[in-house]
Amino acid sequence: MHDILNLAGSNLLSPPVLFFALGFAASFARSDLEVPQAVAKALSLYLLLAIGFKGGVAVASHGLDTKLVSTLAAGIVLSAAIPFLAFALLRIVTNLPRVDAVAVAAHYGSISIVTFAAATSVLATSGIDYEGYLVAVAAVMETPAIVSALLLLRWSGANDDQGENANASASELWREIALNGSIVLLTGAFVIGWVTGEKGLGDIAGFVVDPFKGVLCLFLLDMGLVAGRGMRQGARDLSLPLVGFGIVMPLIGGVLGAGAAAVIGLSAGGAMLLATLAASASYIAVPAAMRLAIPEARPSIYLSLSLGVTFPFNLTLGIPVYVILGNIAGS
Amino acid sequence: METFAKKRLEAFIESPVLHRFIGILESQGVRGYSVLPVVSGSGSDGVWSREGSVTAAGQMVAVVCIVSPEALEPLLDKAFAMLSRHMGIVSVSDCEVMRGDRF
Repeated sequence: MHDILNLAGSNLLSPPVLFFALGFAASFARSDLEVPQAVAKALSLYLLLAIGFKGGVAVASHGLDTKLVSTLAAGIVLSAAIPFLAFALLRIVTNLPRVDAVAVAAHYGSISIVTFAAATSVLATSGIDYEGYLVAVAAVMETPAIVSALLLLRWSGANDDQGENANASASELWREIALNGSIVLLTGAFVIGWVTGEKGLGDIAGFVVDPFKGVLCLFLLDMGLVAGRGMRQGARDLSLPLVGFGIVMPLIGGVLGAGAAAVIGLSAGGAMLLATLAASASYIAVPAAMRLAIPEARPSIYLSLSLGVTFPFNLTLGIPVYVILGNIAGS
Repeated sequence: METFAKKRLEAFIESPVLHRFIGILESQGVRGYSVLPVVSGSGSDGVWSREGSVTAAGQMVAVVCIVSPEALEPLLDKAFAMLSRHMGIVSVSDCEVMRGDRF
């Protein structure tokens, strides 16, 4: 327990979390600090490339086995199932309209790759090993939640008046989701890392390994600014029950992820990462998909909740909790 | 110098639907258009800004094109069918161009 508290303390005082806090505070204080959009985009691309590539290298070293396949399957099931749970919870504890509830639920089934990166950084700092192929699990968990959201939309009758319109653009929507830039880069970098293996990593380690934590700090500074701005602007749309959902739902997802890891037999680090993935909420792939699929849903709610409540919670307090869950569930 | 009367269509649309909107322009035979970034703004659906955004969901773009008056109506019908559920503004104004055969 003492170790866990130490880990929680060191996580809160780690450079990535402190840079996030700096951005968050600067945004609340209405500072003119900002990261230009092109720079933020480049940082995001770098992180996806580095995470995907290193994950591919880890699979090349580890090789394919049933545990890897089981973990991929668990990731898909978690991503597809969590939106149904989140939707039910939202309908019980909040008075959100159905379209908004569906859009919010989709975000919680999908994942946050930066939360994943922060979690791997904590594990690396703590010297806890994990299965490198978890990054492949992150990639497959991006989209099943969107499928579930569209099913929820149909079953809940939230979008009945738009049925014809929605069907007409369904194939286009799926093409756009499948070719979403972040998914293409993460998956592509993973495959390249897998194909080139340790030798490929040796060739570009100076780019994808050494600067990673520094780039993560700069990206989290920007995320802090965006989250703070989102909270400021979305505060009037976020009721107390909704904020409570933004904190409780990741914990439920974390428990489900850790439970799946225990069944599969992942290591403590692997269980922690699967819990983190199940606990995190998307703010890149799903918001864009929701704008296309459910334009009536308000981004001021789902982006503010995902970026302004759940992301900061996971980054500061959630990750130590998921380390505990990983220790309990891991073999 | 002789000039020709045309219609100037200006659409402020959500960034995620840009490709769809361009698809409509191209399917209607519009050969030229420009896409401009919208730095920030505010409307009935809230505020938006390009700075620091990690997702295209909170961003807007402007699309400007000039079309012949007879091409305008079918183009607007298609654009409305696609954009009616989304945030944004489409406006049309009269303009004069020097090379009328290009539009």
